[in-house]
Amino acid sequence: MKLLEINKLNSGYGDVQVLKDISLTIEQGEIVSIVGANGAGKTTLMKTISGQIHAYSGEILFMGEQVEHLPAHKIAAKGIIQVPEGRKLFPFMTVYENLLIGSTMKHVRKSRQKNLEYIFDLLPRLKERGNQVASTLSGGEQQMLAIGRALMENPKILMLDEPSLGLSPLLVGTVFEIIETISKAGTTVMLVEQNVKRALKLSKRTYVLENGIIAMEGDSSQLIDDPHIKKAYLGL
Amino acid sequence: MSLMPAIVNGISIGAIYGLIAMGLTLIFGIMRVINFAQGALLMFSMMISYGIWTITGVNPYILIIIVGPIMFCFGYIVEVTMIRPVLKAQSDVREPLSVLLLTASFAVVLENLALMIFGGNYRMAQSSFSDKTYSVGDVFLSAPRLYGLIIALVVSLLFYIFLKKTEIGRQLRATGQDRNTAALMGINAEKTFAIAFGLGTALLSVAGLVLLPFYYVHPTVGEVFMTRAFIVVILGGLGSVPGALVGGIIIGLIETVGAQFMTASITSVLIYLVFLIVLFVKPSGLFGSPFEW
Repeated sequence: MKLLEINKLNSGYGDVQVLKDISLTIEQGEIVSIVGANGAGKTTLMKTISGQIHAYSGEILFMGEQVEHLPAHKIAAKGIIQVPEGRKLFPFMTVYENLLIGSTMKHVRKSRQKNLEYIFDLLPRLKERGNQVASTLSGGEQQMLAIGRALMENPKILMLDEPSLGLSPLLVGTVFEIIETISKAGTTVMLVEQNVKRALKLSKRTYVLENGIIAMEGDSSQLIDDPHIKKAYLGL
Repeated sequence: MSLMPAIVNGISIGAIYGLIAMGLTLIFGIMRVINFAQGALLMFSMMISYGIWTITGVNPYILIIIVGPIMFCFGYIVEVTMIRPVLKAQSDVREPLSVLLLTASFAVVLENLALMIFGGNYRMAQSSFSDKTYSVGDVFLSAPRLYGLIIALVVSLLFYIFLKKTEIGRQLRATGQDRNTAALMGINAEKTFAIAFGLGTALLSVAGLVLLPFYYVHPTVGEVFMTRAFIVVILGGLGSVPGALVGGIIIGLIETVGAQFMTASITSVLIYLVFLIVLFVKPSGLFGSPFEW
């Protein structure tokens, strides 16, 4: 079943168009990665889907319903949940408060306790740090909190923007393992990454963004052997 | 001559400054808008309170439960009808200057409207307890100032707990810290702004009502409190609620205790002197880690 479908999307910031005629689909339950270099439009795509910026034209269908005109808070209410680039935690709130604010929407408040238990089980470090102010966490802990906060929102699709940014290779591994666990638990994942190798290994399908257009798409296992990908992104 | 009454009076008027400053700091902390109409809204609230008090004769403190909601709704409507459209038009601007001009001109409108309707007379809600005093040992404390102090402290505490512990309080703080990310949590930032403005205005109704039994209302009464509230907010740390209360009490104390030793014009100098010293030592204010919510 198609969960998210994007048709001929054009988007950008004011007069500066970034995305040109982007079309992609994400099926229920899969992990799809969007890879590309700096400035290729990955974050713009994510911001357009989550309603932080609005598309010039084209449509975004979520479970068959058009959502591209909705404001960001209504898109979040539909279950399209973003883990923004650079974590974007609420810096002066504690870890626990950050998780509570993740479940502030009326329809997810009911499952708050259940979700908290699940997240503390998945990310035990967050439980230890419960009363610590978010800005004092280490980079890895901050990323986990950002993921935990998004999970509190009961995502139907979880969109992660550069979760490996600024983390040590060891921690990147941990974060990718967590993403895999979340996916196995049934959440659809859209992963935007610069760490192309890891993204290709984790995901089922991949879209390659170059200069605002989709340059390549296909099964990740095939793309990883593609000569262009090898040369441009894997440095081989 | 004992200092005791001056200290109590200072803390009392200071806590009221704190309430007014709290509204200012709340609105700034969440919307990044400096509300120049805060003083005029205080006057407006006092006028309404005075009107209701004259008609009903009810104890001014009980009127809080009526005037509070009225002022909340008034602030909410002001935000939705006037501030929101301007903010929207300037959504890309980092420091939305037109909103400052808007609130400043709204203050002028309110003041002149009050002058037109109520005239320039000085009025006070002379209640049965207005001139009452309590004696502790050989010290006499003015009753309305003492009640005002207690109410201001209780309301400040309730407000602080509200921000820290309730769902809406958390939403307000989250929006203040990062409005874009708050939207990703499903928080409607526009609605939160209106609530913040309403609350900031409702706090004024409390300040106005505790002032009413011992302070004269007139169309420009807000100006005095407005300047004080600005100093208090900066002194306490812009965006900090405890800072607003502590800053208010410091200013109130300097003002009243200072008046025991020197003329009023010199106390004003002293207030600004302390203000400057604090800013030299700690530019973000006493409680200010820049925008703490």
